[in-house]
Amino acid sequence: MNEKHSFTRRNFVKGSATVAGGVMLGGLPLKSKAHAAAETIKIAVVGCGGRGTGAAVQALNVPQDVELVAMADAFSDRLESSYNNIVEKVGDKKRVNVNDKNKFVGFDAYKEAINLADVVILATPPGFRPIHLEYAINADKHIFCEKPLATDAAGIRKVLELVEVSKQKKLNIVVGLQRHYQTVYRELMKRIHAGEIGQVTGAQAYWDGGGVWVHPKQPGWTEMEAQMRNWYYFNWLCGDHIVEQHIHNLDVINWVKQDYPVSCQGMGGRQVRVENKFGEIYDHHYVEYRYADGTIMNSQCRHIRGCFNRVGEEMIGTKGKADGRGTIYDLNGNVVWKHRDENDPNPYQQEHNELFDAIVNGGYINDLENGAKSTMTAIMGRMATYSGVELKWEDAINSDNILVPDKFGWDVNPPVMPNADGSYPIPMPGKTKVL
Amino acid sequence: MKVYRNSIYSFIYIFWGILYVVGTDAMAQDDTGENPNPYEEVLPGSNITISMVPIQGGTFTMGSPDSEADRDTDEGPQIEVTVDGFWMGQFEITWDQYELFMYKENIKRDSILIQDDLLRDTEADAITRPSPPYEDPSFGMGKYGYPAGSMTQFGALMFCKWLSAKTGILYRLPTEAEWEYACRAGTDTTYPFGDDIAMLDENGWSYENSEYSYHKVGEKIPNAWNLYDMLGNVAEWTLDHYFADRYEIMEGDELVNPWSEPQALDPRTVRGGSYDDDPDKLRCASRIPSNPDKWKQRDPQIPKSFWWNTDSPFVGFRLVRPFKKMTQEEIDMFWALNLDEE
Repeated sequence: MNEKHSFTRRNFVKGSATVAGGVMLGGLPLKSKAHAAAETIKIAVVGCGGRGTGAAVQALNVPQDVELVAMADAFSDRLESSYNNIVEKVGDKKRVNVNDKNKFVGFDAYKEAINLADVVILATPPGFRPIHLEYAINADKHIFCEKPLATDAAGIRKVLELVEVSKQKKLNIVVGLQRHYQTVYRELMKRIHAGEIGQVTGAQAYWDGGGVWVHPKQPGWTEMEAQMRNWYYFNWLCGDHIVEQHIHNLDVINWVKQDYPVSCQGMGGRQVRVENKFGEIYDHHYVEYRYADGTIMNSQCRHIRGCFNRVGEEMIGTKGKADGRGTIYDLNGNVVWKHRDENDPNPYQQEHNELFDAIVNGGYINDLENGAKSTMTAIMGRMATYSGVELKWEDAINSDNILVPDKFGWDVNPPVMPNADGSYPIPMPGKTKVL
Repeated sequence: MKVYRNSIYSFIYIFWGILYVVGTDAMAQDDTGENPNPYEEVLPGSNITISMVPIQGGTFTMGSPDSEADRDTDEGPQIEVTVDGFWMGQFEITWDQYELFMYKENIKRDSILIQDDLLRDTEADAITRPSPPYEDPSFGMGKYGYPAGSMTQFGALMFCKWLSAKTGILYRLPTEAEWEYACRAGTDTTYPFGDDIAMLDENGWSYENSEYSYHKVGEKIPNAWNLYDMLGNVAEWTLDHYFADRYEIMEGDELVNPWSEPQALDPRTVRGGSYDDDPDKLRCASRIPSNPDKWKQRDPQIPKSFWWNTDSPFVGFRLVRPFKKMTQEEIDMFWALNLDEE
């Protein structure tokens, strides 16, 4: 399938034609022309968990001349295991050039790592993302940035301010919503946007699965360390799983609609995963979103083992139905188109290939605005399930309910502290305020 | 991640085969008598059963001739192979069976730490359970009565080990030779029902007739030895490391219970083709190497999961139980070799 550039997300997010490569060349921070011939692109990874490690390896697998020069993480043990895994996977000493003095540890480690690089990979827990994006964009770096882009509305507002700055600086920014780089979705969107299922009037989005890891608190850990090592279960760091995982499926429906919801209401709770080690997040959310044209998206996400599992999307149109797996049905349920994906490129590799190709050859990708607005879609959903009230987009995005603190340190108390019995305050619909 | 033993490139006979040849006369089956019967293994703590059918040992021609349509070069040259008798699962392992193993314990984290320690944990912890999969491993194609897929060969073997520990009987994956012997069921044709591809539709699920999904086990016609879905539905893990030139190297040897000892986590051999394969892979002799780059491509983390492939819902497995009873020491040695345990 040779349709790599036939439909990329920037075409609808920017709402304008793709800028031709030649126009961009002069303004690129990296001096692409000279660069392509002689210079090695320097990469830093900030956030050395499993995903940061995976992203670093993919960045090092691009055809361009690249090297990893710096790493940053809050924890030295995570950084070292990540380094070892990268070396093992890449197997090319030239491409991994991180000496001990360029391994930075702690809450401020990102600054020094970013300073040393041309391209930065931002893969810490998402609560830190606005801070890291701001620093990297101010320092004129190209960016591969994992989703989601924030955990609260204040973070989203910060990222949206950075959209224009990054565009003026012509920084290439790929956001790790990798379905945008996955052939099956690109092929499907091409057909949906050409009207093959008519007007889309309804959609379903699912991330029902078994949940993720937990690292029970160890003696000697401060509360900050315990939360940082279990960041998934604390909202200031994670945003809850509707934000951290389900964003992928919500984002697909936004892509289908080429728009973002105007309101939502929902319900959720914490029924099975109730032990203190699971922090404060819910184990299930159900949200009904509405778009400006009245389209309804039903969204469900669950972290409970042993139940129905599904990760995916369905779109209901006036002429047929589509499934995110790459199938279009007519109104009688007959398959009218099916994408066979056996020879498709790996979307996680593809997003890096396109980023570095744009950097070197003068293309332009900036996923930041869509990344921020799809993150906000998920945050608004969480605000609805926690509060039980119906929310308007404008109110949600302007909420001053700030989760992320402005001071960090191992002895600093995180914004949510345990009760005397070790439990954490749990959001209660009908009582919890989110605006 | 641990690396498999760097043993030399060699093909060894499975040791119980050697013991069998040396220690006993022709049809001795010391726990079953001479005419083993079909039976139902009841999964511990449940009313779920696995149907096992006896497959008498014998000698057959493994691989396909040059003249076979759609034949790949790794299927030749043809070799004469002898396998000892065994019971084989009449059906592919289904989700209801596999989930008894998956959900016994609560959350297991799928992190660097657990993966590094996974094999040691296996010793300490009796049997380690699968980590939660990244996505739904059935991809909505059905659970109860439908074949389990998406597990790695490690995940399939760990199910066998768990069941073996529970029952005191060695259950394992079939070797490639056992698998092909059972699939052929005494025939030497492209399919167990002859050479007519037009008959494939009623005998197996391929991309042609599956409607992009696996189906309940046992819906198609079984082969002459009463085994269902050997071709199609889910492709099936075997115990063997994949070598494209395996038959060339083995040619001329006396081959009794041949087995390619694992040299690395991949590639291992998968047999039978699947609902997602074109019919050319649904042949008795067709061999498919596991492909971690493709089959794990949407696993976003490094290290990737030992347990789950994000992109191979079309690979499952079925069980084998050798007629020849093994001692606990032999069973321990078997797992040590196959799971790279200390």
